[in-house]
Amino acid sequence: MKQSIFTIKENVALTSNVYRMLLEGDTGAVTNCGQFVNIKLDGLFLRRPISVCDCEGNILTLIYKVVGKGTEQMSQMIEGDTLDVLTGLGNGYDTSLAGENPMLLGGGVGVPPMYMLCKKLISEGKKVSVVLGFNRADEIFYEDEFKALGADVTVTTVDGSYGVKGFVTDVMKNADYSYFYTCGPEPMLRAVYNTSTTEGQFSFEERMGCGFGACMGCSCKTITGYKRICKEGPVMKKEEILWEK
Amino acid sequence: MGKMSVNLCGIELDNPVIPASGTFGFGYEFAELYDINMLGTFSFKGTTRDPRFGNPTPRIAETPNGMINAVGLQNPGVEKVISEELPKLKKCFNKPVMANVSGFSVEEYVYTCEKIDKCDQVGWIEVNISCPNVHGGGMAFGTTPEGAAEVTRAVKAVTTKPIIIKLSPNVTDIVSIAKACEEAGADGISLINTLLGMRIDLRTRKPVIANKMGGFSGSAIFPVAVRMVYQVAHAVKIPVIGMGGVSSAEDVIEMMLAGASAVEVGAANLIEPYACKNIIEDLPRVMEKYGIENLSDIIGGVR
Repeated sequence: MKQSIFTIKENVALTSNVYRMLLEGDTGAVTNCGQFVNIKLDGLFLRRPISVCDCEGNILTLIYKVVGKGTEQMSQMIEGDTLDVLTGLGNGYDTSLAGENPMLLGGGVGVPPMYMLCKKLISEGKKVSVVLGFNRADEIFYEDEFKALGADVTVTTVDGSYGVKGFVTDVMKNADYSYFYTCGPEPMLRAVYNTSTTEGQFSFEERMGCGFGACMGCSCKTITGYKRICKEGPVMKKEEILWEK
Repeated sequence: MGKMSVNLCGIELDNPVIPASGTFGFGYEFAELYDINMLGTFSFKGTTRDPRFGNPTPRIAETPNGMINAVGLQNPGVEKVISEELPKLKKCFNKPVMANVSGFSVEEYVYTCEKIDKCDQVGWIEVNISCPNVHGGGMAFGTTPEGAAEVTRAVKAVTTKPIIIKLSPNVTDIVSIAKACEEAGADGISLINTLLGMRIDLRTRKPVIANKMGGFSGSAIFPVAVRMVYQVAHAVKIPVIGMGGVSSAEDVIEMMLAGASAVEVGAANLIEPYACKNIIEDLPRVMEKYGIENLSDIIGGVR
């Protein structure tokens, strides 16, 4: 983990409520895809955890959805503004288990962390298929960016307004894959868990206090004991997940 | 003796700054960031007799200038704290540490404190009496002078190290409770624990926290804490540790003027992992600004 000040290079809307922010600064602590950062915002007490979409050189790419006060405030920031960011948080995805043709399934704002993972898997010579799930056509982002990486991309929409009508699991159930990686809302993660026929990795979300393992605010129970989503997670292997509630 | 040093129940601290229990784990996360030996000491994660997972999530909610938590004393239990956490801590912290102990019955406090008391690394035992008494209808021990005194007396009977009783602010008369602890043999008092708080999500109309209510902390509670530290410190003769919303060197000095011999920093560590380091490094500047030669001279110095 590292705390440093980043400068906003770009902050643009990708859809009506999803934004992409490029931050320039010391990215040295970002060691893996699937990690997150925790951002301090003026006037708000808790930092905001946001998953890392990409990290190249000293540029960090974040894609976030406006869901409350913090992300609303982020969406109004402009190029040149600065942010106090804790970087290098969480474990990230383990690509060593991917096999030859892994499948990546991202739903909504679960899509961004799939991008850096996809890039890494392709650089490791894997044949990657990506399924991006959205509710409607006007919510879609990053389809072309994933295609540009060389992945085989399928988009699903719940209302059928674009791509395959249905959920990411409707594509998964007919697909051939060696392993899978997923991030998205919990109902989607549960559906992927139940549909999948191989091992895989899931990225979880939880309300956090600190984001670096100090407060025990985001703990969960797993087959292998209690884990902190922010520290031993956010990525968990399929075989260790204990669904509760 | 340095200009920032203070005495806490017979043990010299290099400075009065102590990360509060539950915001600093067992120290390692922070030891990766800076040398935690610069701290006065720190109060480790609240430890109970048995391992506890704690409450369901969400456990955290935001408030203006603060937060609410309902972690529910997640900890590995006293045996593992002694066999695993303390040996790990020894590698990065060479000062006496403050043990923080919780319990749900007098017997449980006694069991845990007796075990912890035998650990050389432990300098003080801070006893959190804000927990519900499962044999007493669920009322927290710390909400009555009798309950607070009963825990204090029982723990004192089985320990040799200084016992600091950590008080709940969710009471009508904190002074009477502090006095009852002093009379029962407490070596020090620390306050305030979190204030009971609650937030409701307007969209779902449900409480934000799964446990519904939780402990409210952060800079928003600082004035309440200063007031209670002032009241208690002027009513007892034993040392008082002040805490509640402290986030700057100025706050440390204000707490000490109110009567605190040492000061714990809680929620600030979660937002700003270098909070305690920054405060300690800033103290000399603020002391000079306000004409303070030695920090120990200003304890209770409010006019």
